[in-house]
Amino acid sequence: MIEIEEKLSSRIKQCFGRSLHIRHVDSGSCNGCEFETTALMNPVYDIQRFGIDFVASPRHADMLLVTGGVTRNLEEALRKTYEAVAHPKMLVAIGACACVGGMIGSTYANLGGVDKIFPVSVYVPGCPPRPQAILEGILHAIERSHELESPRKGNGAYATGTSNV
Amino acid sequence: MKTTRVIVGPQELLNACCTVINDHGRFITMVASDECGMGIDRFVVRYIFAHDGKSMLTVVESVVPESDPTYPSVSSMIPAASWAEREAHDLFGIFPIGHPDLRPLVLHEHWPEGVYPLRKDYALTEKQEQDFSRSWSYPKVEGEGVFEVPVGPIHAGVIEPGHFRFQVMGDSVLHLEAKLFYTHRGIEKRSEGMPVEKGLYLAERICGVCSVSHALSYVQAIENISGTEVPERATFLRVLFAEMERLYNHVGDIGNMCAGIGYAYGINHGARLKEQLMQMNDFVIGHRFLRGSIALGGITENITEEKLMFIEVTLQQVQKDLNEIVGQILSHDTVVNRFSNAGVLSEQIARELFTVGPTARASNYDVDVRRDLPYAAYSQLAFDVPTLTQGDVLARFKQRFLEARQSFQIIEQVIKNMPKGDICVPIGDLHPYSFGIGITESPRGENLHFVMTGENNTIYRYRVRSAPYANWPAVPLCVPGNIIPDFPLINKSFELCYACCDR
Ligand code: SF4
Repeated sequence: MIEIEEKLSSRIKQCFGRSLHIRHVDSGSCNGCEFETTALMNPVYDIQRFGIDFVASPRHADMLLVTGGVTRNLEEALRKTYEAVAHPKMLVAIGACACVGGMIGSTYANLGGVDKIFPVSVYVPGCPPRPQAILEGILHAIERSHELESPRKGNGAYATGTSNV
Repeated sequence: MKTTRVIVGPQELLNACCTVINDHGRFITMVASDECGMGIDRFVVRYIFAHDGKSMLTVVESVVPESDPTYPSVSSMIPAASWAEREAHDLFGIFPIGHPDLRPLVLHEHWPEGVYPLRKDYALTEKQEQDFSRSWSYPKVEGEGVFEVPVGPIHAGVIEPGHFRFQVMGDSVLHLEAKLFYTHRGIEKRSEGMPVEKGLYLAERICGVCSVSHALSYVQAIENISGTEVPERATFLRVLFAEMERLYNHVGDIGNMCAGIGYAYGINHGARLKEQLMQMNDFVIGHRFLRGSIALGGITENITEEKLMFIEVTLQQVQKDLNEIVGQILSHDTVVNRFSNAGVLSEQIARELFTVGPTARASNYDVDVRRDLPYAAYSQLAFDVPTLTQGDVLARFKQRFLEARQSFQIIEQVIKNMPKGDICVPIGDLHPYSFGIGITESPRGENLHFVMTGENNTIYRYRVRSAPYANWPAVPLCVPGNIIPDFPLINKSFELCYACCDR
């Protein structure tokens, strides 16, 4: 954990000056992945000490963190949010639902994975992934950010190593 | 739990439901199903009522024929049935005649008309084009100086999606219209044909933060069909898990409500204690949300004496800290000032809409299925069901604290009186095409699961009425008269999950 933390702060400094701004989008999750993402901001994990912040507007964001498997009723909102994020668009899929659809998969109301519509930089598996795993996923995405060009030429993303649960 | 079935023709539905209500039945929900697979023509609607204190349910049911898929709406007499009837209209294409508001609910306006995904002849993965030519219609307040403020579905924080239209005059809200069901994933349809064992994993994923309660409702519905007697030790451990879930939610919500007014002390201490409780869950069960703890016929893994002791020690500390923090929060004039008289839910509305959980109890509507329709080992434990009368944000804040205190006591008793013995028994084969109902009290109120079996221990129809589904219709009624900046606070004080409402 400490190793991840050190790497994370130094990469954020190198790549983004002093701060990384993240916009979270719930594309149809069960609320479990939200809770763990919120936990990152509690006094135990306190990700703000690395210069990471969750922002209200996608236009201010360097990274999109998506939870849930993209419901039909949210697809349009997710598309609009994605379009509003500046290039290069880093997208981290949090949880089994966002990665591959999870238990719900593809239904009349659910697409079953964010990569059905957008290229994903890093997949963080788990149901939900623990806060530490989300943090590691964010680090992997930053380390790959140089691979992203504007506009992005999509290629294979990879999954983080700490799949939990 | 004893279930009485009252089978009537569509025309007698309204009368039959009114009779149950007059007999002190408490309306819970209506479940529609397509039962063509059982040779029935074709749909069935079932109105479910509880008789609190008698451990009894009444199910008023009627067949709705395919040739004339209509039935008289019950919503005019029981407004709480409104959403369930709208939902059945969306998903099955059966029409409640006389329903006051048949706008799309679960499937938004972009879904094509005349296509009903929960009918048995609709394939699970069949997708429909989005038709953006249709727009959402909703009642508006108009006039000089009235403005509309749209918010969502994607919100500023890390929270779930919902869309709100505030019609305002200055800062004051005149009317609020909420559009929900953005996270409708089709869970009920997904479950159809699944082995019942697998359905349990799906049940746990309806809502992340009420996983235990949903899992328990589900297994109780199945055990209800199979007639399984769960071993005593398992019933005690089920109570333990359910109360551990209540605690991390209530403690977290106490902190979250402070976030509604940006009060950093409360936010951070609430979050810290919640994290401590979730780490305890992880240590005891191996999952921060206690998933994987409940099994059909019992529980999955025995809990050792050391773990029970660890729980005792952790909770003593959390309880001490919580008392101190809540005392500190409530001694702060600004907090009390912002919390008081905000988002008042009157007792009358709480009762008429059959609201549930801490929301109902903070408005002096005394319902709690742990006491009224006891399950697991609750009938062997002593606990109070606190109620308050004001129905405002402050009352809902205090309500959670009072309930958390009861949970500490319940867990203490459970650990002290823990019986020895088995933790799980096989449920055996399930009779096809029978239904069972499981009801449990989640941190947000009662969750009802209706499961109907198919051939070979599979699920034929699964319907979930979560606590937020019962409480959401009350929220927009509590907002007019308040100022817009208080809405996040009011919303947090109800703490209604969207995911288990939308499914
Ligand atoms: S991955 Fe698991 S926890 Fe996350 S949204 Fe899906 S079901 Fe919920």
